[in-house]
Amino acid sequence: MLARDAALTARGRWLDVDCLLGPTTQPFHVAIRAGQIVDMTPAPVLMRSWRFAYRATPAAFAAYWQAMPPAGWHDLLALTKRGEASLEGDLHPFMAHLQYFKDLLALPRQNGFGGAS
Amino acid sequence: MSGFIEPIVGRYVHVEIDGEINRIYFEENGSGIPLVCLHTAGSDARQWRHLLADEELTKNFRVIAFDMPWHGKSNPPDSQYGNEYRLTTASYTSAIRAFCKALKLERPVVMGCSIGGRIVLNLAIEHAREFRALIGLEAADFQQPWYDTTWLNRPDVHGGEVCAALVSGLIAPNGPEAARNETLWGYKQGGPGIFKGDLYFYRVDGDLRGRTGAINVDQCPLYLLTGEYDFSCTPEDTLRTAAGIPGAKATIMERLGHFPMSENPIQFRRYIAPVLQDIIDKQNS
Repeated sequence: MLARDAALTARGRWLDVDCLLGPTTQPFHVAIRAGQIVDMTPAPVLMRSWRFAYRATPAAFAAYWQAMPPAGWHDLLALTKRGEASLEGDLHPFMAHLQYFKDLLALPRQNGFGGAS
Repeated sequence: MSGFIEPIVGRYVHVEIDGEINRIYFEENGSGIPLVCLHTAGSDARQWRHLLADEELTKNFRVIAFDMPWHGKSNPPDSQYGNEYRLTTASYTSAIRAFCKALKLERPVVMGCSIGGRIVLNLAIEHAREFRALIGLEAADFQQPWYDTTWLNRPDVHGGEVCAALVSGLIAPNGPEAARNETLWGYKQGGPGIFKGDLYFYRVDGDLRGRTGAINVDQCPLYLLTGEYDFSCTPEDTLRTAAGIPGAKATIMERLGHFPMSENPIQFRRYIAPVLQDIIDKQNS
């Protein structure tokens, strides 16, 4: 999905980071170089490091990915505020590229991935 | 239509605030009951342009929106360049009252959003007799913080980008894309540390818990309206605040977030027009 979104890739063109993203039940090691995902591997991978992790409950992602997500389930930081997601590690790359990560993790919304919350 | 000139007029007024003259930029349109509009933290009065241009509402209201000192076209006061900006309950209250006094407004209605909504509560507590009605958008006596404000002003993170990205989640999904972008553009343009300085009032100095019970709506009607998608000042925060103020009218606005007047002006109008009509009816009764 990211590969088809030239504007989002361009937004992340200054970003190189290894991070941990996804559901709490099955996060992924994600390697991003110049705004493109060059590797995505299910965690855990023994001794692989990451700068930051954003993990949310499967129910939270299902709500977040709805075309019209319910109030309070519509933003990555809304999910952390309500305790449905966690943000850990060195947050600098996440905060310096915050809109990129919000849009990246919202990509499934455009593709009808969301289920009922 | 190329060549169309909007009816909004912008001017500067010199306002003495806490002993120093501030050159304040404001825009206005309409005639009738003065309606002073307060922008959100870190932004400026452009958020009100749709209300300012509303042909029907400006038949009965002189709508006035000003940029707070340090915001938009209102520069910092001369003595303050180089100092850290910090908005306080006292300084915010002084600025609003001084602006109204400078324009010789007779018992204006004041409507504020976010920090503007919070300070409206303080106006109701301390200065209710000066106002005809008070309207708090996304207002509560207090709300729980949801991020660390130190991210807003540091040399290794672009201030405009991070300010806009943080508040982007407070806009309701599926509103007009252009209005969303315009709302965020205001945040990308704020001066360094200004959003953070406004939040000193919001987070630290302006905790009104335990004080709003002193509000008497018989002296000055109070309306509180909050968007359902606002997870900063949540509907629960507003309803809790309103529950402690007998006679306060609280409304939760569907399909709106933290910036109702700018993120989706048409949807916001559905909620604010009846409030303004209620104020007219009260005046005529």
